[in-house]
Amino acid sequence: MWFFRSPEIVFGEDALDYLAEIEGHRAFIVTDENVVALGFVEKVGKKLSQAGIETAVFDRVEPNPSMQTVLRGAEAARAYGPDWIVALGGGSSIDAAKSIWILYERPDLMPDQVAPLGTLGLRQKARLIAIPTTSGTGAETTWPIVLTDTAERRKISVGHPENIPDIAIVDPAFVNQLPAQITADTGMDVLTHAVEGYTSQWHNDFADGLCLKATQLVFDYLPRAYENGDNDPQAREKMHNAATIAGLSFGNSMAAMAHGLGHALGALFPLPHGRAVGLFLPYTIEFTVRGDMPTRYAGLARFLGLPAAGEPEAAASLIQAIRDLARRIDQPTSLREAGISPQDFETQLPNLVDNALNDSTMVVSLRFPDEDETKKICRYAFEGRSVDF
Amino acid sequence: MTYLFGTDEWIKAYMQEINKSPAYEKSALDWEGDFYFVVAPDKIYDKVAIYYLDLWHGKCRDASLVEDESQFSPAFRMETSDANWKAIIDKKLDPIQGMMTRKIKLSGNMAKIMRYVKAAQELVNCATRVPTEFPPTK
Repeated sequence: MWFFRSPEIVFGEDALDYLAEIEGHRAFIVTDENVVALGFVEKVGKKLSQAGIETAVFDRVEPNPSMQTVLRGAEAARAYGPDWIVALGGGSSIDAAKSIWILYERPDLMPDQVAPLGTLGLRQKARLIAIPTTSGTGAETTWPIVLTDTAERRKISVGHPENIPDIAIVDPAFVNQLPAQITADTGMDVLTHAVEGYTSQWHNDFADGLCLKATQLVFDYLPRAYENGDNDPQAREKMHNAATIAGLSFGNSMAAMAHGLGHALGALFPLPHGRAVGLFLPYTIEFTVRGDMPTRYAGLARFLGLPAAGEPEAAASLIQAIRDLARRIDQPTSLREAGISPQDFETQLPNLVDNALNDSTMVVSLRFPDEDETKKICRYAFEGRSVDF
Repeated sequence: MTYLFGTDEWIKAYMQEINKSPAYEKSALDWEGDFYFVVAPDKIYDKVAIYYLDLWHGKCRDASLVEDESQFSPAFRMETSDANWKAIIDKKLDPIQGMMTRKIKLSGNMAKIMRYVKAAQELVNCATRVPTEFPPTK
C-alpha cells in the first residue's frame, strides 16, 4: 500500500494573493531574520490582515535548525494560540515550522520523537501554510523534517505524513532577487531530488513524471536563473516551479545516497545543503551503476536527450551533464574544491561515514554501500576522482 | 545444516550470527531494546510464531521462540506475514519500506529505530547468513 501525498499548491504570479482568501483568526509566522529584512514578512502579514487574520512572528530560525530552536518556537506558538502556522523562508524555516506545529499540537512530544507511523492527530489547533523563498528544498510539499542535533553534530530526519503542509504558495516574486550563489546551491538540491526520486528503490508511477519534468526544468533554466538573475523572470519562475515539482516527486518516492552523504557532510562542515548533496550526486551515480544492471539512469538520460544506448553510456552521459552544469554555475565538484582541508577531512571521515550510514535515505539506494565503500566514496569525492569500484 | 524458520533452533542460530557480527556490534553499541518478531500465518504456516530477541549494546543477550506473548514485555513488536518475513530474509523487502507501506506493523518508538538505520541493515544481513529453510507455500 503506497500513498501519494500533496498539499494544495497555489503557484505563479500573484499566488500570494491567495492568503487574503483563507479563513482564520491568528497566524504564527515562522521565518528567519533575513526574510524579515527583505520585507517578505510584512508582505505576508498584509495579505493575512486582508483576510482578517492577526499575526505573530518567530524569526529565530537559523540555517540547519536545531531541536532547541523548534522547542523555543513551539513555546512561543503555544503562548500565541494560532489557527494557522505560516512557514516563510527556505527549507530551514519550513522544516522548523513543521516541527513547531507538531509540538504546538502535541506538547507531549520532543522534536526527535516524531516518526512516520501511527496517528499524530494534527489539525486540532492549526493548519500549515508553506511559502518558499528559495527554489530548492521543496519542503513546502513534503513531510520529512531535517533537524540538527547540535550536541552530536548530526542531522536527524523526523516527521510524519500528517505534517505535510495544507497549502503551498509558490510565488516567483519571492525569488526574483535570489543571490546567484543561493540560486546555484538550491538549484543543485532540486536536481538531486529529481534524479534520486526517479532512481530510488521507492520510485513509483505517480512520482516518475514529476521527477523527469523537474530534471528537465533544472537543465533548461538553472543556468539562466544563475547567470541572468532578476533579468530573467521566466527562468526564475521555472526554477521555482521545478523546486516544488521535485519536492512533490522525491517526497513521494524518497531521496537516496547523495542525500545521506550530503546530510552527513552538512552536519560536520558549514556547507549549504544543496551544494553538499549536489556535489555527491555524480559520485553516487558512478557507484550505483554496475555494467548493464538496470538502474533507470537510462530512462532519465533518454528523456533529457542524452546519449543512452545502455546503462553505462546513459549513466556516463548523465554524470557528464551534471558535472558540466555544476561547473557552469560555479559549484564545487569535489570536497577539496568545496574548501574542506585534507586535515579536517581526515579528522571527520569516521563521523562522516557513520552519520551517512545511519541516514534513512541510504537504505533506498539501488546499491547500498558498506562502511569501507562509503569511506572510499567520500575519499574519491574529496579528491574529485571518478568512482570505479 | 539448515534451520527451519519458525522454530526455536532458527532464532538461536540467528542470535549466534548477530553475536558474530562486528558490523552489527559497532553500529548498535549503545542500542538498548528488546523485540517480539511476530510471524503471522499466511501463505506458509498455519499458526502464529513469536520470536523474542533481546538486543543490548551491540549483542543479542537472549533469543527464543515464545509460546505465550505475555511472557515478555518488549520495547518493540514487529508483526508481518510469514511470506513477508521470507521476503525480508531474502532481502526482497526492506523493513523500513515494509513499515511505510503498512506491510509490517510496528509497536514501539519508531523514531529510535530510524536513528539506527545501519544496525537495522546489519540485523537483516545477519538473518541472511542463517541457512534458512521455509516449508513450501500452501
